[in-house]
Amino acid sequence: MLLIRCPYCGERPETEFHCGGEAHIARPDTPADISDADWGSFLYTRTNPKGLHAERWLHAHGCGRWFNALRDTVSDAFVTTYEMGTPRPDPISETAKA
Amino acid sequence: MRRFSLTSLLKEAASGHQGWKRQWRAPEPKKEYDVVIVGGGGHGLATAYYLATVHGVTKVAVLEKGWIGGGNTGRNTTIVRSNYLFDESAALYEHAMKLWEGLSQELNYNVMFSQRGVLMLVHNHHDVISFKRHVYANRLNGIDNEWLTPEECKEFCPPLSISPDLRYPVLGGALQRRGGTARHDAVAWGYARGADARGVDIIQNCEVLGLRRTSDGAVAGVETSRGFIGAKRVGVVAAGHTGVVMSRFGLKMPVESVPLQALVSEPVKPVFPCVVMSNAVHAYISQSDKGELVIGAGTDQYVSYSQQGGIQIVSHTLDAICELFPQFTRMRMLRSWGGIVDVTPDRSPILGKTPIPGLFVNCGWGTGGFKATPGSGHVFAHTLATGEPHPINAPFSLDRFRTGRLIDEAAAAAVAH
Ligand SMILES: Cc1cc2nc3c(=O)[nH]c(=O)nc-3n(C[C@H](O)[C@H](O)[C@H](O)COP(=O)(O)OP(=O)(O)OC[C@H]3O[C@@H](n4cnc5c(N)ncnc54)[C@H](O)[C@@H]3O)c2cc1C
Ligand SMILES: [Zn+2]
Repeated sequence: MLLIRCPYCGERPETEFHCGGEAHIARPDTPADISDADWGSFLYTRTNPKGLHAERWLHAHGCGRWFNALRDTVSDAFVTTYEMGTPRPDPISETAKA
Repeated sequence: MRRFSLTSLLKEAASGHQGWKRQWRAPEPKKEYDVVIVGGGGHGLATAYYLATVHGVTKVAVLEKGWIGGGNTGRNTTIVRSNYLFDESAALYEHAMKLWEGLSQELNYNVMFSQRGVLMLVHNHHDVISFKRHVYANRLNGIDNEWLTPEECKEFCPPLSISPDLRYPVLGGALQRRGGTARHDAVAWGYARGADARGVDIIQNCEVLGLRRTSDGAVAGVETSRGFIGAKRVGVVAAGHTGVVMSRFGLKMPVESVPLQALVSEPVKPVFPCVVMSNAVHAYISQSDKGELVIGAGTDQYVSYSQQGGIQIVSHTLDAICELFPQFTRMRMLRSWGGIVDVTPDRSPILGKTPIPGLFVNCGWGTGGFKATPGSGHVFAHTLATGEPHPINAPFSLDRFRTGRLIDEAAAAAVAH
């Protein structure tokens, strides 16, 4: 089980959280105007990387708030968490800051 | 290929079993093949076998980054059944079931296919209705599946508790008597031996790193850890790593990879006569011929390639097992492990063409593809040999995620494995 750092509450066990899947997938503003292929890939195509993954998490059994996280899908380690609506941080500069 | 028989066994016994030869070669990769298959799991090896036996295509290489059968083929709980809801799935899984029924003879290799029956339990009113619908739909498709009352479930599987005091009491079950289990390693080895004997090169420790294309965009071959290997047709059958391979080829896929776990107990005398699955409380159990209880757990909620999975997933499953089968509460578990499964949005596989001419894909089997191994290999071989899908795999196109013609076994409340 993972220990996840909620940016609002601190470290809590994984069972308190719900993973909301890949982050930064924007719903097209005008679905009727885009091609079936683009709509299909909005709905179904995912990055599924072996490495860093930006994803949404909900602290369901805690503060009830959503946040974004960068996690390594090989080690499962959380690299950083950040507010929803903010761009994906660059993990290299994060390390440089530290 | 040396055929296995009683005579060959007796002959080798006389010389202390020192005369058995290796079952397949370890060839150096050739410069070029007609078909290259990426991934030496059961599906990839079966594809190669049927390319050679059904289509006469023998200039084939199976490229495996590790050792054959070391992926999900060697990690799964080996449940085989064909009672899927939709016509498309029923046709595909039943095609596999028919091949399973003659597979040991076909391969001259004992895959230990045991049709001991797969009983799927039901614990709530909604599932009673949905499972009865499955039973009727299966019958219309000529697939055996029958509804059992709780007492009939108990008769079929005596260790089962049907006490009304259970947290989720058993309200009945759907039984496919032709379902059962098979020996996973033997499936990979049997297909490998048969394919090798017909000239297929099985190349282990050979990771596919990229795709080389001609000036008009068609497939020219693959870049590998052992150099470039030419082929005009490439089939990717890399299970949990299909997304990784395809992104190396420049394609994004509608799949996500998650860990799925299983565990086995200490071996005990025969106590468990069949396979029992319960989707609602999430437990899958059978007993191997070695005597271990083989138990399937669930997937983690996030994308991962860690081949581990969370402890809470396993303990949740064990809670359910102990509740349903109180006699197992004091059993000790020996090992647990995870495999990375590639899950599609509709929980049905993808088997067919890709936007790149000459590149084909067979993936998305997720948590339940072992049962389909022979059928999947058979129709995918047809696809690679002819360039067009077999009628059975035509509905399972990658394109369905554009057209919207999903085969939504997930929504049909079908069980994972
Ligand atoms: C714990 C668990 C329990 C399961 N239980 C069941 C069950 O009861 N019933 C059922 O029907 N199904 C079950 N499944 C699902 C089943 O195991 C899979 O659907 C099936 O094995 C997929 O077959 P495969 O041949 O495609 O995969 P694999 O055996 O995983 O083969 C894919 C191969 O591709 C190789 N590969 C990957 N990347 C590359 C590369 N770049 N270059 C070269 N080779 C590469 C891998 O090393 C691997 O050997 C279970 C799975 C797991 C993990
Ligand atoms: Zn919180």
